[in-house]
Amino acid sequence: MAAAQDVEGHNVPLISGGVGFVTSTNGGDTTYIPVITPLLAAPIGSRILVESRAIILDPFSPKGGGQAGYRSNYFLGLTYLQADILASRHATIVAGEFLTPFATYNERLSPIWIGNFQDAPLNFGVGTMGTASSVGGMLRGSAFSTARLSADYAVYFSASSTNQQFSAARASGGRGSLYFPATRLELGASYGRQLQGAAKNFAGAHVWWEPANTGLRVRSEYARGPHSSGYWVEADYRLSRFSGGDSFAGRFEPVLRMQQTFRSQPDASDGLPAAGTEEVDFGLDCRLPHEVRINSSYSRQFSSAGNRNIWQTGIVYRFLFPTWRGK
Amino acid sequence: MKPSSVLLACLGGAIAMLPLCAQPRAHSAASQAPPAQSGHAPAQGDSSPGEQVFKQNCSRCHDAPQGFSPRISGTILRHMRVRASLSEPDERQILIFLNP
Repeated sequence: MAAAQDVEGHNVPLISGGVGFVTSTNGGDTTYIPVITPLLAAPIGSRILVESRAIILDPFSPKGGGQAGYRSNYFLGLTYLQADILASRHATIVAGEFLTPFATYNERLSPIWIGNFQDAPLNFGVGTMGTASSVGGMLRGSAFSTARLSADYAVYFSASSTNQQFSAARASGGRGSLYFPATRLELGASYGRQLQGAAKNFAGAHVWWEPANTGLRVRSEYARGPHSSGYWVEADYRLSRFSGGDSFAGRFEPVLRMQQTFRSQPDASDGLPAAGTEEVDFGLDCRLPHEVRINSSYSRQFSSAGNRNIWQTGIVYRFLFPTWRGK
Repeated sequence: MKPSSVLLACLGGAIAMLPLCAQPRAHSAASQAPPAQSGHAPAQGDSSPGEQVFKQNCSRCHDAPQGFSPRISGTILRHMRVRASLSEPDERQILIFLNP
């Protein structure tokens, strides 16, 4: 961090996040979702960072059944609140409430200003222990990094917590990833074990690939629990490769996601559909100036419980500021 | 044909076709480079080690912010070092890239 401290003010606390408005029509029922997800990151000294993200949303939808007006369901929740201690070149100690490090979606793609689709993958509940957050400690970092290969890891232990803002299951687990810079290929595996109630084991794997000199990005995950499993594969293409990010065409990004879940036994706790489900999502994202992005998608879901169409459109503004004005 | 077979065929076909039509022009680096508001955005075609590290690590998940104050670049990097498990040298390279 020496370089960071060479320039005065580099470590000013920041506030970031996203503000969005999403509409989702699922099987003919439309929900409107205004959402704010603020993130605060405050460095302390040269080796500590305190960071937190929250979510505030107020989904509302027509009452239906001949009734006038809308019903809403206000929600305010703390997504994580953690202290990061940079213990060494290879290890960071994380304490507090943190995103459960299982597979990739939860930690990397769940912010509304990052994900290509409004909805999380169908198998998101596998391995994330219900709340997707853990309360306890985590050790993570870069095991090694060379020009040919880098490896990173995360291991955690979570205590059981029923506090409304710090809800978590007693669990442990971890994730390891290998990244090959030359081919831009990442391979990883995850493991989680729920330690409360009937112990459950979860396993996952992910493959991300970004072919060099193309705008293509392919991401995939597989996760398996005791009673269900599922995978998703997502491909997006950044048209900015052709004509630049500021051109009309270059602002668009077509996205395709395929997902499938399988169920062997009923289990409402894993969050997967009650019956085996297949879904294909077609999306078109548009990046506008001033950190505004429009996401739109059409999804077709196939299930023995019934097929359905899902239409979603959202506009998200990403903000990123110092917490106070400087010189 | 089962729906899953159709979907898999669609996905496989799309993925197979995309690289074939990917013939990028000379334009490249600057579109993914983080244009700091201070005007420190690197010149087009610049391929510093920091830029390479940025493209290999940060761009895997998200596009670069369109601009931010250089006063928070260190905080952003510390956040990303934890979130993306960046190595200390990679973190330093990206920080230099953001603040040339």
